[in-house]
Amino acid sequence: MSDSNIKRRDFIKLAGKAVLLSAVTGGGGYLLSKNEYSPPAMTTLSLNGNRLLPADLAYPDLAVVKAGDHAQATRTAVDLLGGIERFISRGDIVTIKPNIGWDRTPAQGANTNPILVKTVAQLCFDAGAKKVIATDMPCNDARRTFARSGIEESLKAIGADIVLPEERFFVQVDLGGEILGKWPVLRQFLENDKLINMPVVKHHNLSLATIGMKNWYGVLGGPRNRLHQMVDVSIADLSSYFRPSLIIVDATRVMIRNGPVGGRSSDVEIRDTVIAATDQVAADSYACGFLGLAPSALKYLSYGESRGLGKISGYRIINQEIA
Amino acid sequence: MIKLPSSLKGIMGVRWLRRLSQALFLTAFVVLIYLTEFSFTSVKGPDDSISPSPWLNLFFNIDPISGLVTGIASWLIYGSLLLGLIILITTIFFGRFFCGWICPLGSINHMFSAFKSERKSRRGINLVESNKYHRYQAWKYYIFFGLIALGLLGSVQTGLFDPITIAGRSIGLVLIPALNAALTGIANFLSGSPVGFIALVGKGIFAVGSGTLIYFKQPHFQGIFWLTLIFVAILVSNRVFTRFWCRGLCPLGAFLGIMSRYSIFGLKKFQDKCTDCNLCLYHCQGGDDPHWNVPHRRAECHLCLNCQADCPEGALSFGFQSKSKAYDSAPDLTRRRAIVAGIAGLVAFPIIRSGDTFARKNQFIRPPGSLIEKDFLKRCIRCGQCMKICPTNALQPALLQSGWEGIFTPVLVAQIGYCEHYCTLCSQVCPTGAITRLELRAKIGDDLTPPTRIGSAFFDKGRCLPWASGITCIVCEEWCPTSPKAIWLEETEVIARDGTKKSIKLPHVNPDMCTGCGACEYACPVTGSPGIYVTSANETRDPERSLLLRKRK
Repeated sequence: MSDSNIKRRDFIKLAGKAVLLSAVTGGGGYLLSKNEYSPPAMTTLSLNGNRLLPADLAYPDLAVVKAGDHAQATRTAVDLLGGIERFISRGDIVTIKPNIGWDRTPAQGANTNPILVKTVAQLCFDAGAKKVIATDMPCNDARRTFARSGIEESLKAIGADIVLPEERFFVQVDLGGEILGKWPVLRQFLENDKLINMPVVKHHNLSLATIGMKNWYGVLGGPRNRLHQMVDVSIADLSSYFRPSLIIVDATRVMIRNGPVGGRSSDVEIRDTVIAATDQVAADSYACGFLGLAPSALKYLSYGESRGLGKISGYRIINQEIA
Repeated sequence: MIKLPSSLKGIMGVRWLRRLSQALFLTAFVVLIYLTEFSFTSVKGPDDSISPSPWLNLFFNIDPISGLVTGIASWLIYGSLLLGLIILITTIFFGRFFCGWICPLGSINHMFSAFKSERKSRRGINLVESNKYHRYQAWKYYIFFGLIALGLLGSVQTGLFDPITIAGRSIGLVLIPALNAALTGIANFLSGSPVGFIALVGKGIFAVGSGTLIYFKQPHFQGIFWLTLIFVAILVSNRVFTRFWCRGLCPLGAFLGIMSRYSIFGLKKFQDKCTDCNLCLYHCQGGDDPHWNVPHRRAECHLCLNCQADCPEGALSFGFQSKSKAYDSAPDLTRRRAIVAGIAGLVAFPIIRSGDTFARKNQFIRPPGSLIEKDFLKRCIRCGQCMKICPTNALQPALLQSGWEGIFTPVLVAQIGYCEHYCTLCSQVCPTGAITRLELRAKIGDDLTPPTRIGSAFFDKGRCLPWASGITCIVCEEWCPTSPKAIWLEETEVIARDGTKKSIKLPHVNPDMCTGCGACEYACPVTGSPGIYVTSANETRDPERSLLLRKRK
C-alpha cells in the first residue's frame, strides 16, 4: 500500500475527530446564541431592606438628648427608647449607615460624628452583636472620606468592620419604587439582621435638608446623579425600601448653610444634640427644625407619610438635657 | 582566583549575587510603584491632611539623570534628587554597575534577552557576532547630549528616554492597572461559579488581594496604547539584539558610561590564558568586547560578570586595575559627534517652542501646585507618580494636548476624576517639584489668601439640564467643595412645553470662588460632553492667564 492511501482505521479516527470538533463548535455556538443581547446578569437578591421592629407603645418614637458629652448623649437617647437590647439581639449582624459622604474632618460637620458611630457600635457589641459593619458609598473617594471623617479609626479601635464599597459588593436589586427600579445596592445593607441609620443634619439646596431619609442615597451605586431630577420621590422610594431598626440622628454639629459639603467652621452650628428614633419620618420632621425648616417645607416627608412610613406630627417624643 | 568545580561555580559564582540584586531591586521598584496610591503607607498629618510615604520615590530620587537635567534646566536640585550622587559617585569608581545590578528596565531587558530563541540570528556564531561592540551603541551618547542641550535651554525631555521613568510609567500606568483588571476579572469570574469550591477560590483571591494586590478602584489611563507600544517595542528589540535599548538608546547608560571613564574597577583580560573560544560573548550584556585581542570597552560594560563566569580558562576576571592598554575607558564618542548631537538639541528647542503650546490657546489643566508652564517643563520627568497616586484617577498622561514637549506629562481630565479639595498627594509625591509641595492651607485658601486655582468652570447652557430643558438638577452645586460655594442658584420660573409654569433653580458659577477642581464636571449627569466643564482659565500658576480684574486696595 502506498503512503498516499489512507487506511480505513485512520480515516475513521480522523473523521471521528472532525465530527467531534464540529459538534463542539456548532453545539457550543448554538448554546451560547440568543436572539437578543442580554447584559451580564448581576445576582439579583431576593432580600429586602426592611428591618423595622414591631412598635412598642411603652416607649416614645423619638428621644432627644442634649449633652456636651456626645457619647453620653447617645447612650441616654438609646436608653430612653428602651435600651439597646430592645433593638439588638445576641448574635445579630448589624449594619450601620453613617453619612460618610465627603472628604471632610469631624469639625466640618459634613459626616456623622465619629464619637456617635463608635458609641453605637460599642452598644451593639455590648448587646451581643456578632458583627458590626459600617459602610457608605460616598460622593468623594471612600478611602479619603473614611479616613478623614475619623470614622474608620474610631471603629477599628473597637473591632467593628468598616467596609470600603468595592465594586464587587454591589448587587442589582429591584427597589420597587415609583422611580427607583433595579439599582445596584451595597450588599452589606441587605445582608444583615439589623440596620441602624446614623445620619447627620445638614443643609441641602435641592431637598433643603439631608437627614435620615436622604442618607439612603449612600446605599446606591450607579448613576445616582440622575436622581436629583425627582429628588423627593427618590428619597421616599429609598425610605420605603430601607426601613431601619433604629435611627440615631447626629445634631451635635449642624451644617446650616453651604451643604451638604460645607467647609468653614461658620457653616456649622454646635447643637450638642443626639436624637434616637424608630420612626424615619418623625426623626427627619423633628431634626429639620435645627435647620430652621418646617416639616411642611420638605416634600419628601409628606410623600413618606402618605406611604405610611411614619408621622410628620403627633409622634411621641421625650426630651432630656444633661448638664 | 580560586578554582571551583564547574558545577559549583554556577551556583556559588558572584554572578548569582548580581541576579539576586536584580531581583531585589526590580521587586522593590514594582512594590514601591504598587504602593503609590492611597494605601496603608499614607500618613495622616496633624491637620488631618494625608501624606504619602517618602520612600515611594526612592528610584526616581536616585536616578542621576533626573537630578542632572532638571538641575541644569532649573538651576535647582529639588527634594531628594541629590541622592543621584550616590549612584554617580560609585559609578566614577566602579563603572556602570547600576545598569547590570540595579536598573529595573535593565533587569527586564536582561530577562527578555535571555530567553532561548529559535532565531538563527540569536544562535551560535551569529549571537557571538551580535554581542560584539557595534556602532549603534554610540547612539545613546548622542541622545544624551541632545537631551542635555535641550535641558540647558529649559526643556526637560529625559523622561521620554530615562529607563527609570519609562519603567515607572509602563509598570505604573499599564502593567499594574492591567494586573488589577486581570485579578479582579478572574476573582469575579471564579466567585460567580455555582461550584462551591471554585467560588471559594474566587472569594479567597479577594480576601487576600483586596487592599494589597487588588486596588480599591480599577485605575484607568488614557493613551495606554502609546505607553504599551513603547514598552513592548523595547522588550521585543531584545529578541533581535541583546539589550538593544540599554546598549543603543539609554541616555542614563550613556551618562554612566561617560562617568565611568576613570573607574578603577573593571574586567581584566589574561590574554595568555585565552584560547579565543568566544564563550565570553554568549551572554555579554553590554556589548563591551570581552573577547580576545581587542580592548575591553569599559564604558559599555554593565559589570554583569557573565563573561567571567562563562570563561572556561579563567582568562577573565573583574577586579581593581590601574589604567593600562588592556582596556579602553573612553566611550566611542568623538568631540565632533557630541557637538553635533548638542547642536541637534539646540535646534530642536526653537522648533518645539514655536509650536502652539506657548501660544494663547492652552486648554489643559495641570495638577494643583504646578509651576508655570515654562518652569513646569524644566522639572517634569513624566514618572507618572502623580497620576498613580491621584485618588480620583483625575491625572492622566497627556498625549499631544500640551505639545511635543509635554508628552506623558500630567493633565487633569475632569470627566474621569476631579481634584479632591483637601488632597495634596500629587504635590507631595512629585520627585522633581514640577508640582511643588502644597500645604493644605495654601491649596484651599482662607479669608486672606485666595485658594490655589487650577482653572475655572463654565456652563454649557445648551446642555445643562436646568438651563437647556428646564429640568431640576443642580448636582454640580451639591458637589462644589468651596465655602461659600462657587456655584450659586437663581430661583426662577420656566414655562414647560404645555404652557405650565414651573419653578426651577438655575446654576451659575462665580469665577472668583471657583478653584477649577472639576468636581462639577465629574458629577454632571450629562455624559459625553457635560453641561459644566473646567478649563485652565484663571489658573493661579500663570498670572497672564488670570481672569478677573480687581480694584487695587
